[in-house]
Amino acid sequence: MDLDPVLIGRWQFGITTVYHFWMVPLTLGLGLLVAILQTMYHRTGNEMWLRATKFWGKLYLINFIMGVATGIVQEFQFGMAWSEYSRFVGDVFGAPLAMEALIAFFLESVFLGLWIFGWGRLSRKLHLGVLWAAVIGSWLSAYFIIVANSWMQHPVGVELIDGRPVMTDVFAVMTNSTALAAYTHTLAGATAVGGAFLLGIAWYHLWRRRKDGIDTVGPDGRVVVGSAPEVPGRDETDYSVWWRSLRIGGWTAVIAFVLVAITGDIQAKLMYEQQPMKMASAEASCHDGTEFSVLTIGDLSSNSCDDVVPVIEIPGILSFLANGDFSTEVPGVSTLIPEYEEAYGTHMPSDDMYGDYSGQEIDYQPSMFITYWGFRLMIGFGVLAAAAGALALWVTRKGTVPSSTFLTHLALWGITAPFIANSAGWIFTEMGRQPFVVAPNPDPSGIDGVFLYTAAAISPSVTPGELLFSLVSLTLVYGVLMVFELGLIIKYVRGGVVSAMPEIDTTNYKPVVDRSDDDVLSFAY
Amino acid sequence: MELMPTIWFVLIAVLWLGYLFLEGFDLGVGMLLKGFAKDERERRLLLNTIGPVWDGNEVWLITAGGATFAAFPMWYASLFSALYLPLTLALLALIFRAVAIEYRGKGYSDRWRSGWTWCLSAGSLVAAFCVGAMLALTTTGMPLNANGDNTGGPFAWLSLPAIVGGLGVVGFCLLHGLLYLSLKTDGPVRERARRTAALGAPFLLLPIVVWVIWVQLLNAKLLGWVLIVLAAACAVAMWVLIRRGAEKPAFIAQALFLVLGVASIFSNVYPNVMPSTLDPAFSLTVANASSSTYTLTVMLVVAAIFVPIVLVYQIWVYRIFASRLRVEHIPPAHQVPVAIRSHHQ
Repeated sequence: MDLDPVLIGRWQFGITTVYHFWMVPLTLGLGLLVAILQTMYHRTGNEMWLRATKFWGKLYLINFIMGVATGIVQEFQFGMAWSEYSRFVGDVFGAPLAMEALIAFFLESVFLGLWIFGWGRLSRKLHLGVLWAAVIGSWLSAYFIIVANSWMQHPVGVELIDGRPVMTDVFAVMTNSTALAAYTHTLAGATAVGGAFLLGIAWYHLWRRRKDGIDTVGPDGRVVVGSAPEVPGRDETDYSVWWRSLRIGGWTAVIAFVLVAITGDIQAKLMYEQQPMKMASAEASCHDGTEFSVLTIGDLSSNSCDDVVPVIEIPGILSFLANGDFSTEVPGVSTLIPEYEEAYGTHMPSDDMYGDYSGQEIDYQPSMFITYWGFRLMIGFGVLAAAAGALALWVTRKGTVPSSTFLTHLALWGITAPFIANSAGWIFTEMGRQPFVVAPNPDPSGIDGVFLYTAAAISPSVTPGELLFSLVSLTLVYGVLMVFELGLIIKYVRGGVVSAMPEIDTTNYKPVVDRSDDDVLSFAY
Repeated sequence: MELMPTIWFVLIAVLWLGYLFLEGFDLGVGMLLKGFAKDERERRLLLNTIGPVWDGNEVWLITAGGATFAAFPMWYASLFSALYLPLTLALLALIFRAVAIEYRGKGYSDRWRSGWTWCLSAGSLVAAFCVGAMLALTTTGMPLNANGDNTGGPFAWLSLPAIVGGLGVVGFCLLHGLLYLSLKTDGPVRERARRTAALGAPFLLLPIVVWVIWVQLLNAKLLGWVLIVLAAACAVAMWVLIRRGAEKPAFIAQALFLVLGVASIFSNVYPNVMPSTLDPAFSLTVANASSSTYTLTVMLVVAAIFVPIVLVYQIWVYRIFASRLRVEHIPPAHQVPVAIRSHHQ
């Protein structure tokens, strides 16, 4: 069997990274929101905020650990599967990775452990500070890894010495325009995930309370909050937990979307300058033009301009995305291919490091199907999530949710929208960089020769069988663990606040330990 | 001697030392969850001795990997690709282990708990073995060609040094975990941990001692012998101390043994970072595997600032959780309600 190691390696990197990036945005977005909730508790002393902190904090932790577990794979697989890549970029790429571990991961992991076990052991102020430290650690880690990724999109701060990029300016690497735009865009996207998560789940609980007849709606359409004394935790404070969570989630989703749009616009303009082919491919545009494609039909997967037919186009919009006006002719694929061929050659060098790709013709056009639809799914689901947030805020303005089961399902499924948008965006930007793993910097002041084809990046000594083994085993394990994570999240969501706060479950929970003993853990695994 | 690469060689050794010292005991405690702990209460006691700190400990591994990438990209690329299979196993083991620690307490059935106990124990065992195999092979060498690529095929790593190193780290972690439990718990578990450590110490340390001496014989540096003698003295002191019930001094002696043992290995191997068994000319050294002086300098500044900061807050966290735990300190498990439902519809 003749398996292409590059293809298997790419599938593995794609699967493990997309999967990892389901956990990460939730960790980033929900972490921020939990820290804000605990800050509110600290400031007001209102039990509602404490309950909200504990409930959302529990879900945060269930998800956090999966991000940690799948993150280790990321750190190792560059060297394992992509050793030629690691050798080529190590001088500049390893630095942000090491900084990420040293500056961000320690902060995140050490302080989160302290936060989990620190209830009642630390002063309230210190306990809050510890959570903020962990959240800042998460947000810092995103910065460093995006600096590393952005260097692959737009290499800066290096010189080519003996065929390898050597770092000469760490500040240029850390302030890469691509990194700053991608970081803010990613973080805004992650915040949107946090918002949708709060919104959907809080909606479910408000609906549940209505369905169970606890809360009712008065003649003026306003909520009449009730309580169900026989059900642990279903009191009036419980209503406030969900109502506040819903409003915070809705506003977060809307505000995050505005930031996503602004930063996305900046990114698109950078992409036009730095990776014009990615933009042309995302538009499935063969020829220069100003039109943004709303719908293009035909066989995108053939990767040939001749097979696709733009059906609906809006003139001027692509120019606006790329350059801020309505008349710039944005180059199409047919214009760009000869430019790339002139700059970087028509064939892979005949060299062992290119493996089966040695001497082969280079296709400079990324997958049109993936980039075209990736770009549109990202925008479409992003807009959908924001619109749902705005709509939810309007519908719930009188204090609770409608009794509609359909809307509740919509609110819960709506949680997936920003996740899809995040995944689609990353798949688009990573696949749009092909056939390069390190894309060339086309800027006149850019660095000649600093680019690397994906085909030349794979580990020469690793066999397709080894790659297949890790691909299959990691995918299976990830699949199984997803079932466990979702199962636990659903279980804790259904259980409501009491699932995270046994102390308010006075009917079922009788702590037998001696609370006067300081060493008793307030929480234990 | 190349100054910057040498400093970074020492720093990488320090990071591995930090990893083995810290995660050493939580891997050990993880393994001991199966077999050593007698019932569910004891298992939860063991788990909660490492609960607040294990994740921070594991970051030492990530940092060692990341710093190797930054400072010695050729070493990182050759070592990680040559050990593709064992590292895949290590990753799977670490994934199961991490998830098990967090998820085990979030279900109540016996099946749920014993399943995650297995994941935690086996995960800790496999992770320790594979990390040990990797460390051993980077000191004894692999069949690397001129490009630094393994020429021995997918199973070239499966060799005597890898097994000795793997068992070495497993044994060390088990003993380290027992000593940690004798320090961190009170009651029957403390007694049992102390007795087991006193009984098992010589056997548990045997493979790691074989590895240290193996590297010494391969390289035969005088400094190495000096360090080995000192390390051996610490090991003996540890054994004597734990037999006498001096838990804290025993733990310190064990830590010194680790420091001196790792120092002996790394100083013997220097200036190689990963020898080639095909041709010494293909060996990766601190000089030919390292990043540029600029990158090493930048990273040294970062490390000089942040390693001490990390140490300060990590030690602070250990002090917060310094007191001994007894089974009575573990709150009872709370069953999550299936679904909140009101009855007065």
